[in-house]
Amino acid sequence: MTATVSTPQSGHSEDLLALAASVLDQAAGEEQVEVLLSRATSTTVKVYEGQVESLTSADSSGAGIRVIRDGRLGFAHCGSLDPAVLVETLREARDNLEFAESDEWNGLAAPDGVEVVAQNGWSDSVVAFPVERKIALALELEQRVLAADSRITGIRSTAYGDAWGESVILSTAGIQAVDRGASCSISTQPLARVGEETQTGFGYDSGRVPESLDLDHATVEAVDRATRLLGAVKPPSARMTILLEPRLAISLMGIVSGMLSGESVLKGRSPFGERLGEQIASALLSLTDDPTRSESIGAEEVDGEGLACRSNLLISDGVLQGFLQDSYSGRRSGSASTGSAVRGTRSLPGVGAQLLVMQPGTRSFEQLVSSIDLGLYVNSLSGMHSGVNSISGDFSVGADGLMIRNGSLAEPVRELTLASTLQRLLLDISEVGGDFEWLRGGDGACSLVIQDVSLSGA
Amino acid sequence: MLEEPTIQRVLAAAASRGADFAEIFAEEKRSSSALLDDGRIEELTSGRDRGAGIRVVVGESTGFAHTSDLSEAGLIAAAETAASAARGSGTGTTIVDLDRVNAPRPNLVRIMPGDVPKAKKVELLLMANEMARAEGAAITQVSARYADSHRRILVANTDGTLGTDEQVKTLFSISAVASGDTGMQTGRESIGRSVGFELFDTYEVGDLARTAAQRAITKLAARPAPSGEMTVVIGPGGGGVMFHEACGHGLEADLVGKGASVFAGRLGEQVASSLVTLVDDGTMGGEWGCFAIDDEGRPAQRNVLIQDGILVDYMWDGLRARAEGRASSGNGRRQSYQHLPMVRMTNTYLLGGTSTPDQILSDTESGVYISHLGGGQVNTATGDFVFGMTEAYLIEGGRITEPLREGNLIGNGPGVLTSIDAVGNDFAMGGPGTCGKDGQGVPVGDGVPTLRVASGLTIGGTAA
Repeated sequence: MTATVSTPQSGHSEDLLALAASVLDQAAGEEQVEVLLSRATSTTVKVYEGQVESLTSADSSGAGIRVIRDGRLGFAHCGSLDPAVLVETLREARDNLEFAESDEWNGLAAPDGVEVVAQNGWSDSVVAFPVERKIALALELEQRVLAADSRITGIRSTAYGDAWGESVILSTAGIQAVDRGASCSISTQPLARVGEETQTGFGYDSGRVPESLDLDHATVEAVDRATRLLGAVKPPSARMTILLEPRLAISLMGIVSGMLSGESVLKGRSPFGERLGEQIASALLSLTDDPTRSESIGAEEVDGEGLACRSNLLISDGVLQGFLQDSYSGRRSGSASTGSAVRGTRSLPGVGAQLLVMQPGTRSFEQLVSSIDLGLYVNSLSGMHSGVNSISGDFSVGADGLMIRNGSLAEPVRELTLASTLQRLLLDISEVGGDFEWLRGGDGACSLVIQDVSLSGA
Repeated sequence: MLEEPTIQRVLAAAASRGADFAEIFAEEKRSSSALLDDGRIEELTSGRDRGAGIRVVVGESTGFAHTSDLSEAGLIAAAETAASAARGSGTGTTIVDLDRVNAPRPNLVRIMPGDVPKAKKVELLLMANEMARAEGAAITQVSARYADSHRRILVANTDGTLGTDEQVKTLFSISAVASGDTGMQTGRESIGRSVGFELFDTYEVGDLARTAAQRAITKLAARPAPSGEMTVVIGPGGGGVMFHEACGHGLEADLVGKGASVFAGRLGEQVASSLVTLVDDGTMGGEWGCFAIDDEGRPAQRNVLIQDGILVDYMWDGLRARAEGRASSGNGRRQSYQHLPMVRMTNTYLLGGTSTPDQILSDTESGVYISHLGGGQVNTATGDFVFGMTEAYLIEGGRITEPLREGNLIGNGPGVLTSIDAVGNDFAMGGPGTCGKDGQGVPVGDGVPTLRVASGLTIGGTAA
């Protein structure tokens, strides 16, 4: 079997740029127009019980067009790069503008002289990887996970996925940006069973070279996660110290970074809006949003408005240093864009963090555990969308994990909640681990020890 | 959308390497939305998508490809990619006869949203903003969103199915921020139905605005939620989220088939209190999760899942049903033509009982009353699930007393279902939801009468 591969042109997306330019040519008089075009090719192989369960091969494309006139903004998007559809989409964006209200701060991003830090997001080896080998990788991972532990009785799904694509942003304000990228990943979700009890795990790896995907790492992680909770019971309620591994620490930092969006601040939705220069977190915490870090798979050259990505210090030794801005919030707040616009073709840019990096402490994960008399090492969190409110700061999530007793990991627990407020959690950080790692999603994170969290159980 | 001869040639191409089943799913979707924030109509957005997904099943393997090119050449190219992905070995040139599926349309639309001037949609937003702010000076920020969508689908397959559907949805949501000495609190309310702009003949945006604003203001005086297991009374309407998580996902045949559900192997058993009769119903006229045919061309059905506490059946899509030699239950759904269908809920609800809501409350010495729920999440393998409470009160001495701050509740599905000891006679449907599973979101509805869970739910608060 041969793979159908539509390789993006090896040059610099000239055809997409030409297409975008043809839309800009239709801009009339006072009108500001921005065009985002993208196309991508992806494959997903799912295997189950030694067979290919599904193989999806997909080409997708899309466009988003933003028009601003007299301070009014209109937007339209489409799932096509057909020139006739783009003309129609531009017309809809213009029509939408007629009904929006004027806002003196509306405008497109303009080149600000910040140099792009070149990244190498492309990968010929992902594009060239034959379908048969994608299938073989997924099957091998499934086999390894099943063979790793007798308590693993099945796997809900094991998958190989890859995607490559390119996008261009072109605007009448002088923006011209091209972004190309390719990556691949493997994942598995085993089920561990003893008696009537089933627990689940998850293992994952990602990268830009399919041959280097770490099946061993994914296997160990998935099997360990699935088996270590077997026998878990509901613990009694108590206030205690929790230990979040880097993967979970960064999900907390992700919520915090959302509270540091300049847009939330302008609209009175951030509890930290008036606290620039103040201590909002433990002095042990320093956090930066830095998409220019080439060591990370999440590194980016430009933001969602085509401005160069840059390093933005958010919290230094616990003191709030700044907010993230896109061109609108930067202009309106009297500062400037920090290159922090995030978006897809289907939406207008919004403000967001792109690659969070925590500054590491000194002690290893094992040392962190051994320093805790009574605590919870968290295995997973649930309900982050339903019990965390970044405006009020209320924080309440479901969790499971392993108790820490006298400095050692102890019995597994489940069906519990952890609660505090986001403001308190930041101040209650008692240690940042020295176990810094680049997560497979891109962020750079360390473990966090947080004191005095309400654990609700039996 | 597509002519029959084209459909037949594309299906033939899909089955050309041999296939047990081949399918075309074509979709055309238009959407529009308008957003008010910070006192101003901030943006209007329109979207258009069209394309087709081609699925080829050989044995246990599925090949899938999709394209935004609906020309015959584009479709045949996708069909060949899907056929090659399914790894069939053989030949098949049969042209199938297609029978049109006749399914009643549960979503009758009087006023197509596309025919309504944008100025009228904008007017609703401005009114909602004004009404929410009029609730008091404590309201410091308001955002409101209007959205509509018009989705046309066509499904044809080598079993001879040819079905079409037209799904129109209209949604309005509003969020308010209230500020006081205790910080900021939020309140949200939304209404969404599978109808057109006539939605606003039935629902006043001013009422939604007041509800959202009051919810935020009330919480300014809220105390931290308790921590630990308590009796929970859930008000009518949105409490269906609890069933969606506590057992809905666990009754999806794909998860059951892989041993990833605590409800696997329990058909015919008592899995819930005898007060519980749970239904999943895609035919419910106008509801957020209704349709004439599912995304595999199967007419929507009303399926009783749990009858008087006994597990009667799981929910099925075509693939899982085919493997079991039974019929699909009309639960094969997908987010778009770019996705494979899988087992999904539609409108999931608990049938009403005989108690009055007053009886249930006055009969509850102490506990928590939840009148508005947020989303939820479940691990179907363990049955542990959470859901958020966005408006809740303490119950003391059989009466609702103080408001509580937001938080999650956690419980275990089978345990919670058996602990339901009162079901009210005040059934109502809840607000519009989007259910996420394996990266795909689909619109779902839910509903419950007032009900009480005597034990098994842990409130995730901070107060001792």
